[in-house]
Amino acid sequence: MSTNTLDPTKWIDNYADYLYNYSVSRVSDSDTAQDLVQETFLAALKSSNNYKGDASERTWLISILKRKIIDYYRKINSKKGKAEVRMSYNTDSEEEGNWMEERISDPYDGNAEDSMQNEELGIAIQECMGKLPVKQAQIFKMKTIEGYETEAICNELNITPSNLWVIIHRARTALTACLEKNWF
Amino acid sequence: MKTKKSIFFITYEEAQHICNKLQYGEATFWERVKLNFRLLWCRITNEYTRKNTKLTSLCEMADLKVMDDKKKDELKDMLNKQLSESKDK
Repeated sequence: MSTNTLDPTKWIDNYADYLYNYSVSRVSDSDTAQDLVQETFLAALKSSNNYKGDASERTWLISILKRKIIDYYRKINSKKGKAEVRMSYNTDSEEEGNWMEERISDPYDGNAEDSMQNEELGIAIQECMGKLPVKQAQIFKMKTIEGYETEAICNELNITPSNLWVIIHRARTALTACLEKNWF
Repeated sequence: MKTKKSIFFITYEEAQHICNKLQYGEATFWERVKLNFRLLWCRITNEYTRKNTKLTSLCEMADLKVMDDKKKDELKDMLNKQLSESKDK
Protein backbone atom coordinates (compact mmCIF):
# COMPACT_ATOMS: atom_id res chain seq x y z
CA MET A 1 0.00 0.00 0.00
CA SER A 2 1.37 3.45 -0.89
CA THR A 3 1.76 5.72 2.11
CA ASN A 4 3.91 8.57 0.74
CA THR A 5 2.35 11.85 -0.27
CA LEU A 6 3.65 15.00 -1.94
CA ASP A 7 3.83 18.39 -0.28
CA PRO A 8 5.34 20.84 -2.80
CA THR A 9 5.12 23.74 -0.32
CA LYS A 10 7.92 22.11 1.72
CA TRP A 11 10.10 20.95 -1.15
CA ILE A 12 12.52 23.87 -1.05
CA ASP A 13 13.09 23.74 2.72
CA ASN A 14 13.39 19.97 2.83
CA TYR A 15 15.16 19.01 -0.38
CA ALA A 16 16.77 22.02 -2.11
CA ASP A 17 20.16 21.57 -0.41
CA TYR A 18 20.07 17.81 -0.79
CA LEU A 19 19.32 18.01 -4.52
CA TYR A 20 21.81 20.84 -4.97
CA ASN A 21 24.65 18.80 -3.40
CA TYR A 22 23.73 15.81 -5.54
CA SER A 23 23.66 17.98 -8.64
CA VAL A 24 26.78 20.08 -7.99
CA SER A 25 28.87 16.95 -7.38
CA ARG A 26 27.92 15.73 -10.85
CA VAL A 27 28.06 18.87 -12.98
CA SER A 28 30.80 20.72 -11.05
CA ASP A 29 29.21 24.10 -11.72
CA SER A 30 27.12 25.97 -9.19
CA ASP A 31 24.87 27.83 -11.64
CA THR A 32 24.15 24.75 -13.74
CA ALA A 33 23.44 22.76 -10.58
CA GLN A 34 20.94 25.40 -9.40
CA ASP A 35 19.25 25.43 -12.81
CA LEU A 36 18.96 21.65 -12.76
CA VAL A 37 17.37 21.74 -9.30
CA GLN A 38 14.92 24.38 -10.50
CA GLU A 39 14.02 22.29 -13.56
CA THR A 40 13.59 19.26 -11.29
CA PHE A 41 11.08 21.01 -9.03
CA LEU A 42 9.13 22.33 -12.02
CA ALA A 43 9.06 18.93 -13.71
CA ALA A 44 8.03 17.30 -10.43
CA LEU A 45 5.17 19.75 -10.01
CA LYS A 46 3.97 19.13 -13.56
CA SER A 47 4.03 15.37 -13.15
CA SER A 48 2.80 15.26 -9.56
CA ASN A 49 -0.39 13.53 -10.73
CA ASN A 50 1.75 10.57 -11.83
CA TYR A 51 3.26 10.11 -8.36
CA LYS A 52 2.02 6.81 -7.00
CA GLY A 53 3.47 7.12 -3.52
CA ASP A 54 5.53 3.91 -3.69
CA ALA A 55 8.82 5.79 -3.24
CA SER A 56 9.51 8.57 -0.78
CA GLU A 57 9.17 12.15 -1.96
CA ARG A 58 12.96 12.58 -1.89
CA THR A 59 13.66 9.40 -3.87
CA TRP A 60 11.13 10.50 -6.47
CA LEU A 61 12.71 13.97 -6.76
CA ILE A 62 16.20 12.47 -7.06
CA SER A 63 15.02 10.19 -9.88
CA ILE A 64 13.75 13.27 -11.77
CA LEU A 65 17.02 15.12 -11.10
CA LYS A 66 19.01 12.14 -12.46
CA ARG A 67 17.05 12.40 -15.72
CA LYS A 68 17.74 16.12 -15.86
CA ILE A 69 21.48 15.55 -15.37
CA ILE A 70 21.50 12.93 -18.14
CA ASP A 71 19.63 15.37 -20.41
CA TYR A 72 22.17 18.07 -19.56
CA TYR A 73 25.12 15.88 -20.59
CA ARG A 74 23.24 14.72 -23.67
CA LYS A 75 22.76 18.33 -24.65
CA ILE A 76 26.38 19.35 -24.23
CA ASN A 77 27.44 16.17 -26.04
CA SER A 78 25.19 16.85 -29.00
CA LYS A 79 26.71 18.52 -32.06
CA LYS A 80 24.92 21.79 -31.35
CA GLY A 81 25.81 21.64 -27.69
CA LYS A 82 29.48 20.93 -28.45
CA ALA A 83 29.57 23.93 -30.73
CA GLU A 84 27.96 26.13 -28.07
CA VAL A 85 30.32 24.94 -25.37
CA ARG A 86 33.37 25.12 -27.62
CA MET A 87 32.52 28.70 -28.54
CA SER A 88 32.27 29.75 -24.92
CA TYR A 89 35.34 27.70 -24.03
CA ASN A 90 37.40 29.40 -26.69
CA THR A 91 36.41 32.88 -25.63
CA ASP A 92 38.63 32.55 -22.56
CA SER A 93 41.73 31.41 -24.35
CA GLU A 94 43.24 31.11 -27.79
CA GLU A 95 44.39 27.59 -27.13
CA GLU A 96 42.50 24.56 -28.38
CA GLY A 97 42.06 22.57 -25.19
CA ASN A 98 40.50 19.26 -24.38
CA TRP A 99 37.27 21.03 -23.52
CA MET A 100 35.02 18.07 -22.79
CA GLU A 101 37.44 16.44 -20.38
CA GLU A 102 37.94 19.72 -18.56
CA ARG A 103 34.18 20.30 -18.35
CA ILE A 104 33.44 16.99 -16.74
CA SER A 105 36.75 16.24 -15.11
CA ASP A 106 36.99 15.20 -11.51
CA PRO A 107 37.37 18.43 -9.53
CA TYR A 108 39.21 16.67 -6.74
CA ASP A 109 42.85 15.73 -6.78
CA GLY A 110 42.09 12.30 -5.38
CA ASN A 111 41.06 9.27 -7.39
CA ALA A 112 37.55 8.43 -8.60
CA GLU A 113 36.98 6.03 -5.72
CA ASP A 114 37.74 8.75 -3.17
CA SER A 115 35.37 11.24 -4.75
CA MET A 116 32.65 8.58 -5.01
CA GLN A 117 33.12 7.79 -1.34
CA ASN A 118 32.93 11.51 -0.48
CA GLU A 119 29.74 11.77 -2.50
CA GLU A 120 28.19 8.87 -0.61
CA LEU A 121 29.35 10.43 2.62
CA GLY A 122 27.74 13.72 1.62
CA ILE A 123 24.48 11.93 0.90
CA ALA A 124 24.66 10.11 4.26
CA ILE A 125 25.24 13.39 6.12
CA GLN A 126 22.41 15.10 4.22
CA GLU A 127 20.08 12.21 5.06
CA CYS A 128 21.00 12.44 8.73
CA MET A 129 20.53 16.22 8.68
CA GLY A 130 17.10 15.63 7.17
CA LYS A 131 16.14 13.76 10.34
CA LEU A 132 17.08 16.66 12.63
CA PRO A 133 14.45 19.12 13.89
CA VAL A 134 14.24 22.07 11.47
CA LYS A 135 15.91 24.60 13.79
CA GLN A 136 18.78 22.26 14.67
CA ALA A 137 19.40 21.52 11.00
CA GLN A 138 19.26 25.20 10.11
CA ILE A 139 21.74 26.25 12.80
CA PHE A 140 24.06 23.32 12.12
CA LYS A 141 24.12 24.22 8.42
CA MET A 142 24.77 27.90 9.11
CA LYS A 143 27.58 27.14 11.55
CA THR A 144 29.23 24.11 9.95
CA ILE A 145 28.63 24.38 6.22
CA GLU A 146 28.22 28.10 5.65
CA GLY A 147 30.74 29.01 8.36
CA TYR A 148 28.78 31.86 9.96
CA GLU A 149 30.15 33.45 13.14
CA THR A 150 28.28 32.66 16.35
CA GLU A 151 27.31 36.31 16.78
CA ALA A 152 25.90 36.55 13.26
CA ILE A 153 23.68 33.50 13.76
CA CYS A 154 22.50 34.76 17.15
CA ASN A 155 21.60 38.15 15.66
CA GLU A 156 19.81 36.65 12.68
CA LEU A 157 17.80 34.08 14.65
CA ASN A 158 17.45 36.17 17.80
CA ILE A 159 18.92 33.55 20.15
CA THR A 160 21.62 33.74 22.81
CA PRO A 161 25.07 32.14 22.35
CA SER A 162 24.18 29.62 25.10
CA ASN A 163 21.07 28.60 23.15
CA LEU A 164 23.15 28.27 20.01
CA TRP A 165 25.70 25.96 21.63
CA VAL A 166 22.98 23.81 23.18
CA ILE A 167 21.36 23.42 19.75
CA ILE A 168 24.73 22.72 18.11
CA HIS A 169 25.46 20.11 20.79
CA ARG A 170 22.13 18.35 20.21
CA ALA A 171 22.55 18.45 16.44
CA ARG A 172 26.10 17.07 16.59
CA THR A 173 25.11 14.32 19.02
CA ALA A 174 22.16 13.27 16.84
CA LEU A 175 24.27 13.40 13.67
CA THR A 176 27.04 11.33 15.23
CA ALA A 177 24.52 8.69 16.34
CA CYS A 178 22.91 8.65 12.90
CA LEU A 179 26.26 8.42 11.08
CA GLU A 180 27.42 5.68 13.44
CA LYS A 181 24.56 3.58 12.13
CA ASN A 182 25.05 4.50 8.48
CA TRP A 183 28.71 5.34 8.04
CA PHE A 184 31.28 4.86 10.84
CA MET B 1 43.87 22.64 47.50
CA LYS B 2 40.17 23.05 46.79
CA THR B 3 40.94 26.20 44.78
CA LYS B 4 43.58 24.41 42.69
CA LYS B 5 41.13 21.65 41.85
CA SER B 6 38.45 24.13 40.76
CA ILE B 7 40.88 25.92 38.43
CA PHE B 8 41.51 22.79 36.38
CA PHE B 9 38.40 20.76 37.02
CA ILE B 10 35.51 20.95 34.55
CA THR B 11 32.38 18.81 34.46
CA TYR B 12 31.59 16.44 31.60
CA GLU B 13 28.96 18.90 30.30
CA GLU B 14 31.50 21.73 30.33
CA ALA B 15 33.98 19.49 28.54
CA GLN B 16 31.37 18.73 25.84
CA HIS B 17 30.69 22.46 25.45
CA ILE B 18 34.40 23.27 25.08
CA CYS B 19 34.84 20.36 22.67
CA ASN B 20 32.00 21.70 20.50
CA LYS B 21 33.54 25.18 20.49
CA LEU B 22 36.90 23.61 19.61
CA GLN B 23 35.39 22.11 16.45
CA TYR B 24 34.71 25.65 15.21
CA GLY B 25 37.98 27.13 16.46
CA GLU B 26 36.18 29.12 19.15
CA ALA B 27 37.65 27.60 22.32
CA THR B 28 40.06 29.84 24.22
CA PHE B 29 43.55 28.74 25.19
CA TRP B 30 42.52 28.29 28.81
CA GLU B 31 39.46 26.23 27.82
CA ARG B 32 41.69 23.96 25.73
CA VAL B 33 44.02 23.50 28.68
CA LYS B 34 41.11 22.52 30.91
CA LEU B 35 39.71 20.13 28.29
CA ASN B 36 43.11 18.49 27.80
CA PHE B 37 43.47 18.10 31.54
CA ARG B 38 40.14 16.27 31.69
CA LEU B 39 41.06 14.15 28.68
CA LEU B 40 43.99 12.77 30.72
CA TRP B 41 41.73 10.87 33.05
CA CYS B 42 38.14 10.76 31.68
CA ARG B 43 37.43 7.94 29.23
CA ILE B 44 33.91 9.21 28.43
CA THR B 45 35.20 12.68 27.53
CA ASN B 46 37.84 11.02 25.38
CA GLU B 47 35.19 9.04 23.54
CA TYR B 48 32.98 12.11 23.06
CA THR B 49 35.91 14.17 21.75
CA ARG B 50 36.98 11.39 19.39
CA LYS B 51 33.51 11.08 17.84
CA ASN B 52 32.99 14.84 17.70
CA THR B 53 36.32 15.37 15.95
CA LYS B 54 35.49 12.54 13.55
CA LEU B 55 32.17 14.25 12.70
CA THR B 56 34.04 17.47 11.90
CA SER B 57 36.48 15.69 9.61
CA LEU B 58 33.64 13.81 7.86
CA CYS B 59 31.80 17.09 7.22
CA GLU B 60 35.00 18.56 5.78
CA MET B 61 35.60 15.47 3.62
CA ALA B 62 32.05 15.55 2.25
CA ASP B 63 32.56 19.19 1.21
CA LEU B 64 28.87 19.95 1.73
CA LYS B 65 27.32 22.95 0.06
CA VAL B 66 24.08 24.81 0.50
CA MET B 67 22.04 26.56 -2.13
CA ASP B 68 22.08 30.33 -2.12
CA ASP B 69 19.24 31.75 0.04
CA LYS B 70 18.18 34.18 -2.69
CA LYS B 71 17.88 31.32 -5.16
CA LYS B 72 15.81 29.37 -2.63
CA ASP B 73 13.45 32.31 -2.21
CA GLU B 74 13.14 32.62 -5.99
CA LEU B 75 12.35 28.92 -6.26
CA LYS B 76 9.76 29.17 -3.47
CA ASP B 77 8.03 32.08 -5.21
CA MET B 78 8.08 30.24 -8.50
CA LEU B 79 6.66 27.03 -7.03
CA ASN B 80 3.96 28.91 -5.10
CA LYS B 81 2.99 30.74 -8.27
CA GLN B 82 2.77 27.50 -10.22
CA LEU B 83 0.76 25.90 -7.42
CA SER B 84 -1.77 28.72 -7.25
CA GLU B 85 -2.10 28.70 -11.06
CA SER B 86 -2.77 24.97 -11.09
CA LYS B 87 -5.40 25.41 -8.34
CA ASP B 88 -7.15 28.14 -10.35
CA LYS B 89 -7.46 25.87 -13.39
